Amino acid sequence: MAFANSNITAYAVEATEFPDLVRRYQVTGVPKTVVNEQVEILGALPEDEFVEQALGQFTIHN
Amino acid sequence: MALISPSDQQKLRESFGAMTGPVRLLFFTQTLDCDTCPQTRQILDELPPLSDKISIEEINIVLDSDKAKQYGIDRVPAIAIVGQDGSGAERDSKIRFLGTPAGYEFISLVQAVLLVGGSGSNLSTKNRQRIAAVDKPVTMQVFTTPT
Repeated sequence: MAFANSNITAYAVEATEFPDLVRRYQVTGVPKTVVNEQVEILGALPEDEFVEQALGQFTIHN
Repeated sequence: MALISPSDQQKLRESFGAMTGPVRLLFFTQTLDCDTCPQTRQILDELPPLSDKISIEEINIVLDSDKAKQYGIDRVPAIAIVGQDGSGAERDSKIRFLGTPAGYEFISLVQAVLLVGGSGSNLSTKNRQRIAAVDKPVTMQVFTTPT
């Protein structure tokens, strides 16, 4: 997704090495995705659902 | 000692053979207080011998804090993946890895290198269009564990 749009930056975070981030974002299971510190997605989702949940509020629906 | 078995090296060599453009892995590190930086460097060093399109550049985030800031890196070890656009100019993929890319994360790293190196996106056309419509900065953090 980051590669498809330069407005998007994607970080793959190795949770065990950064306990401070795990605490800050309350990561209790993986994979967990946090988008702009607002949206949380737990677990792996099919592509359509993931894009919808991750970017739904950042794109104009038409 | 090589971290990747000879048979896996051969598979990776074949996968990387499909790359059409160069990929630079910016490895962000620091000298002190980074237990996993040497291991990360060791893993990254396995890649350039497998493809002449892959290179590593080491950046010390203390000595070169401007560059760390430019790539949005504030902790180590971290990797930023940089490719090239059609005209041969540098193009930041905006893909980052924080922490050691071991285990399953190594596979993710390889896939990211292939994507940036020209293998093409796996996303559907519909989703690519949706993603292209994002017109403000979005930061995604995907938390994973090594296994």
